[in-house]
Amino acid sequence: MKALSLRGLRKTYRNGHEALCGIDLDVDEGDFFALLGPNGAGKSTAIGIIASLVNKSAGTVEVFGHDLDSQPSAVKSCIGLVPQEFNFNQFEPVVEIVVNQAGYYGIPRRDAYRRAEASLKQLDLWGKRDVQARELSGGMKRRLMIARALVHEPRLLILDEPTAGVDIEIRRSMWEFLREINANGTTIILTTHYLEEAESLCRHIAIINRGRIAERARMSQLLRQLHTETFVLDVRDELVDLDAIPGFTIQVVDSTTLEVSVSRDAGLGSLFAALGERGIEVVSLRNKQNRLEQLFIDMVRNGADAEGCAP
Amino acid sequence: MNRAVVYWTAFRTILTKEILRFARIWVQTVLPPAITMALYFVIFGKLIGSQIGDMEGFRYIDFIVPGLILMSVISNSYANVVSSFYSSKFQRNVEELLIAPLPNFIILAGYVAGGVARGVTVGITVTLISLLFTDLEVHSYGVTLAVFVLTSILFATAGFINAVYANSFDDISIVPTFVLTPLTYLGGVFYSINMLPDLWQAVSLANPVLYMVNAFRYGLLGFTDIAIWQAFSIIVAFIVALGLFAMWLLARGVGIKS
Repeated sequence: MKALSLRGLRKTYRNGHEALCGIDLDVDEGDFFALLGPNGAGKSTAIGIIASLVNKSAGTVEVFGHDLDSQPSAVKSCIGLVPQEFNFNQFEPVVEIVVNQAGYYGIPRRDAYRRAEASLKQLDLWGKRDVQARELSGGMKRRLMIARALVHEPRLLILDEPTAGVDIEIRRSMWEFLREINANGTTIILTTHYLEEAESLCRHIAIINRGRIAERARMSQLLRQLHTETFVLDVRDELVDLDAIPGFTIQVVDSTTLEVSVSRDAGLGSLFAALGERGIEVVSLRNKQNRLEQLFIDMVRNGADAEGCAP
Repeated sequence: MNRAVVYWTAFRTILTKEILRFARIWVQTVLPPAITMALYFVIFGKLIGSQIGDMEGFRYIDFIVPGLILMSVISNSYANVVSSFYSSKFQRNVEELLIAPLPNFIILAGYVAGGVARGVTVGITVTLISLLFTDLEVHSYGVTLAVFVLTSILFATAGFINAVYANSFDDISIVPTFVLTPLTYLGGVFYSINMLPDLWQAVSLANPVLYMVNAFRYGLLGFTDIAIWQAFSIIVAFIVALGLFAMWLLARGVGIKS
């Protein structure tokens, strides 16, 4: 079953700006899906429409088979939203924010409190339950929005840049948490500017650029489109002289660091063999750039000339 | 889950949230009108009132007490909704309601009920304070309570509409300052319109607050410048008109959706 199905989704704002040019997109139930794009590409507009925060200009939205126009309540019941900006009452205690959200979904107060407790404990916020939300750190505020979004146990969780401004440790723990709820059956749609995050978490990906879907594929399939990857190699001994190795483009960064472009056909084995023949021992290796980042930049650049939506 | 139960729970959640909000800041919400009205009672009722003498056969303080109570109900019902809903827009936590499976009438009813709760709380507080200055005898409990609640509903709804249109904190004080206060002061709180020349009597009849003040005064004192049925018809007509307008604004997403 499709968790989300968009057909011909179009949005033109009152000032004439065309944010979405009639996009079609499907997300399968149980998927962990990345929706990527540069700033202003239309990601937040699409999410806003799905979550009933933005009025669409045309097209249809279906969530688990429910049509947004004819069954808005059914659609809304299925969705949990973690928006990009903090959007809770900063002066309310943490637990009340979550309990009230449950109440808006018709969950009685006692049950709502029990769910809020479970949700806040999961996100390590139970100790802060009586604190006013404005007193929380940035990372805690992000986790509060996740706890609030999960309190009615949505089947589809939409996260709009959930780890923006969060330190690496908390980001990693949030990843673990999201993997866990996805494994338990919740479909997740994620937008992020941290492409490593998308690559690490998501199984499918769509890249949206200037209101259009530029690419929609399985993550592994997409990464295979990379023709070359650039690696940074640290070598044990100082390099004295290095002649060219056929099939590889090598740049000496400093006396113990090399940058090597490797085509997908060549592979790393032959590189190591060639270096070994020259008495060069590699002690560490890393990608110069996140693989998804390379593809993303190429795709966004390719669409850079497009202006507005086609009639 | 039964839809009616879901809606009732959601309504109660909004109402509870609203009551907790104004109760938490009672020093800003309940205390100021209590102090202001106590000053009105002392200055206009006791000090100046004793020089004025009777008004339509009542001691001046007895004559103005109903209007002053209703004035506090009007301003607080309005202020509660306009500030709360605008703050929700400003902090964007109105999105919590927009993404939830709630029909618009529940959102409107929840906020209006919150406004009524504050209007009634302040109204009762002011009424209790008025007992320090006058012996309040209720002519008709039914009329008094009905006007009390209906007026509160009307101005809470008006406050909601103001909040929907407001784009800044200045916008939520313009209507109370330039519309509500003049209408209330010219709505027969401090005088009977029978004292006015014919022209100004006719002009006063265009002021909806006049009907509410007179209906409330009838409930407490048994005296009114306006026919009670006429007063109730006008109050109910305004509630229906403003309620429908607020629902239309919500359906269009004016001020809350792009």
